[in-house]
Amino acid sequence: MQAFLHQLLSGLADGSLYASIALALVMIFKATHQVNFAQGEMAMFSTFIAYTLAGAGLPYWVAFAITLAFSFVFGVVVQRVIVQRLGRLPHASELTAVVVFIGLLVLFNGTAGLVWGYTNKEFPSPFDSRAWYGSTYLSPHEVGMIVVTLIVLAIVFVFFRFTRLGLAMRAAAENPQSSRLVGIRVGWMLALGWGLAALLGSIAGMMAAPKLFLDPNLMGGVILYGFAAALLGGIDNPWGAPIGGFIVGVLVNLSGAYVVGSHLKQTLALGVIVAVLVFKPSGLFGRTVVVRV
Amino acid sequence: MTTMSATADLASAPTRRISSGARWLAALGAVALVAPFVFSDYHVFQATQIVVYAIAVLGFNLLTGFSGQISLGNGSFYALGAYTSVVLMTHVGVPYWAAPPIVGALCFGVGFLFGRSATRLEGIYLALATFGLAIVTPQILKLDALERWTGGNQGVVISKPVSPIPGLNDDQWLYFFCLIVAVVLFAAAWNVMRGRSGRALIALRDHPIAAGTMGINVPVYKARVFGVSAMYTGIAGALGGLIAGFIAPGSFEIFLSIQLLIGGVVGGVASIFGSLFGALFIEIVPDLAKHASEISPSLEWLAVVQYPIYGALLIVTMMLMPGGMAGLVASARIRIARATATPPRI
Amino acid sequence: MTALLSLESVDASYGPTAVLRGVTLEVPDGGMVALLGANGAGKTTTLRAICNMAVKTRGRIRFAGRCIDGMATESIVRLGIGHVPEGRGTFMTLSVDENLKLGALMRRDRGIAGDIARVCDYFPVLRQRMDQQAGTLSGGEQQMLAIARALMSRPRLLLLDEPSFGLAPVLVQEIFRILRVINREERMSMLLVEQNARLALDLVGQVFLLETGRVVASGPPQQIAADETVRRAYLGQ
Repeated sequence: MQAFLHQLLSGLADGSLYASIALALVMIFKATHQVNFAQGEMAMFSTFIAYTLAGAGLPYWVAFAITLAFSFVFGVVVQRVIVQRLGRLPHASELTAVVVFIGLLVLFNGTAGLVWGYTNKEFPSPFDSRAWYGSTYLSPHEVGMIVVTLIVLAIVFVFFRFTRLGLAMRAAAENPQSSRLVGIRVGWMLALGWGLAALLGSIAGMMAAPKLFLDPNLMGGVILYGFAAALLGGIDNPWGAPIGGFIVGVLVNLSGAYVVGSHLKQTLALGVIVAVLVFKPSGLFGRTVVVRV
Repeated sequence: MTTMSATADLASAPTRRISSGARWLAALGAVALVAPFVFSDYHVFQATQIVVYAIAVLGFNLLTGFSGQISLGNGSFYALGAYTSVVLMTHVGVPYWAAPPIVGALCFGVGFLFGRSATRLEGIYLALATFGLAIVTPQILKLDALERWTGGNQGVVISKPVSPIPGLNDDQWLYFFCLIVAVVLFAAAWNVMRGRSGRALIALRDHPIAAGTMGINVPVYKARVFGVSAMYTGIAGALGGLIAGFIAPGSFEIFLSIQLLIGGVVGGVASIFGSLFGALFIEIVPDLAKHASEISPSLEWLAVVQYPIYGALLIVTMMLMPGGMAGLVASARIRIARATATPPRI
Repeated sequence: MTALLSLESVDASYGPTAVLRGVTLEVPDGGMVALLGANGAGKTTTLRAICNMAVKTRGRIRFAGRCIDGMATESIVRLGIGHVPEGRGTFMTLSVDENLKLGALMRRDRGIAGDIARVCDYFPVLRQRMDQQAGTLSGGEQQMLAIARALMSRPRLLLLDEPSFGLAPVLVQEIFRILRVINREERMSMLLVEQNARLALDLVGQVFLLETGRVVASGPPQQIAADETVRRAYLGQ
């Protein structure tokens, strides 16, 4: 029973990572109908920035805050410089977008490898390993992961639901034409969306790094779980993404411990992806999309 | 746009154009035949790898460029081919020269089934699923349950084929063996693309719904192309194993699938000749980078800088030169032909 | 009195397809103008050209003394133009309340809540459906929502693209009555595109008639209605 609880709770901790990544993916998908294959690598890159800042002697939360700002700008720049141009290409096809995103993935992964090398690095956790809120079920860092993620999710939802800017961004994602008619600068809303998604990713990266160790392939596996979570929750449903994240975290952990073995956890995630795409493409909470012929 | 359809627009007289294309092919053929006798063993090894990559990139192009099904997981078929070949050779006693056809047939079957069940996966969703496949492939290969066949983490050593021809050493023989396989596969692809199937494929890619209403059995066609792509890539994997002499799960990480993508895009995805450019690119560039980085310790970073450059190259090529090298060559030929075309008689 | 909105020799095309040729028209400040014509005459294109929506234009478009041709849609709208587009442009997954708030997005004053109350006075059904997803509203209700949303920005000029489309006659009468009231009480100028010519003629002070992208007639509604050829060709009599 103890072991089961441990796996369950540990799964929630991992799930918090997937929740953030999934939300980032869904935000971008909702706004542009594109899957950002490079989301994980952008998060990893931001985490390396945090690593460098912390290594330079900055206190953790200062480095954290600066990294958030960096990742936001990072996301905005990627959208303004590259993604926006994608839409304007005369010959653009789905392949174009996919290749460009894979290109970004390789670019960021390779640059991180070039600048910081491929050896594993230790990344600090702001949660003392002997803190009172740790237990046999969850380490203090895992508790921190869940709490930080929930706080961030809450802030994001309040932002989208109750602020003007959040409303404008939702409108721009839903109906760009009508948005322009009420004065919204749609291009910049998309850029902000990318910035916010990158910010979410960087939080996931900084929460993951102490546990998974920091190297350019930090998010290589996490992104797969992120995709599974996003699809499970409904690729166009921002509420579904975090729920999908926690479900995937628990499901994969429990299955890994009791059913398929820890070596097939990623394969299980692939199974979830394929199962959702084949049987219920709109996921648990998404809207079924009708393709007009 | 294939190089063939591009050159069909040339203004010059037909006979002159055909012989120009044939001249290039003959030159290529001559180089290919002479190469192993001129270069050192290491370069022969490289040339063989290029030939094998060409088959793999062609497999990728057929699927992604010609039929519009985006696959980020062709490395998995390459691995399937490599391991199937090894199993056939070590556990079933199949000689190395008989393995490729069997591997091809098996991989075709797997690819066909995959394509058949993946008919509901369109565009980015297919890309997503194949991306996932590429990520988990090493994990599956490392499974304890399969260790009997895969050799687990340590991998499997493959004995190098011995040359049956007195004049050729082992490396040269392997080169020609792979070359023969490549020529057969390329000729087959060329033939198919020129015929009805080829046109159906392009219709499938550009106007899938219209193609369906015109009587093309879309799901079956797509599954067939998947099968062919898996077949080509699997055969390439089998040959690749022979060249390397050793395979392990670590040889088939996601970067392999990305390399095939790079080769395809840089060479030109919707082009048969493009796969040759692409194969040259993915074999030569890392090699050059490695050698450059070994010149002096201060240049070590050159070995690592190739990766971000690949990324940038994918982005720039896809956005500015979507036809890749083949596309550039094709438009250059059109421009030259227009410049030298004889004006029509009035 | 200078015109609030003026188009001078405006050509408009979608890509290579030319739709408007040399369109010249005016909306006086505080006036109500109708743009009539058969299907495909270019009425919607004219409204889109004013807001620079997916149309390439040549010619001069002025609003409140400023040259607006070439400006981005969102910038044009911010100058004080409310556009009720073809198809209504409802934000389907957002609530009615959020749709209205979007209309007022560019405003910084405190009168927004009051304005929401006011448009709900015009269209009481919106008050009932405030928290519902806008996509669940009927066509007529969405039309009212679209007009209400445009009103929320307190525009100087309201562009309406076929506000009667697909609506029951009683509802249309009501909407037109409200438009008349708004024009009188708030001095909001309006440019109305309509297929239902008869209703429009009752409402406006000036009519422009479009035929295959050209203005072929203009004048007060009585004059247009009295013209025999016009009546036969466009008013179905």
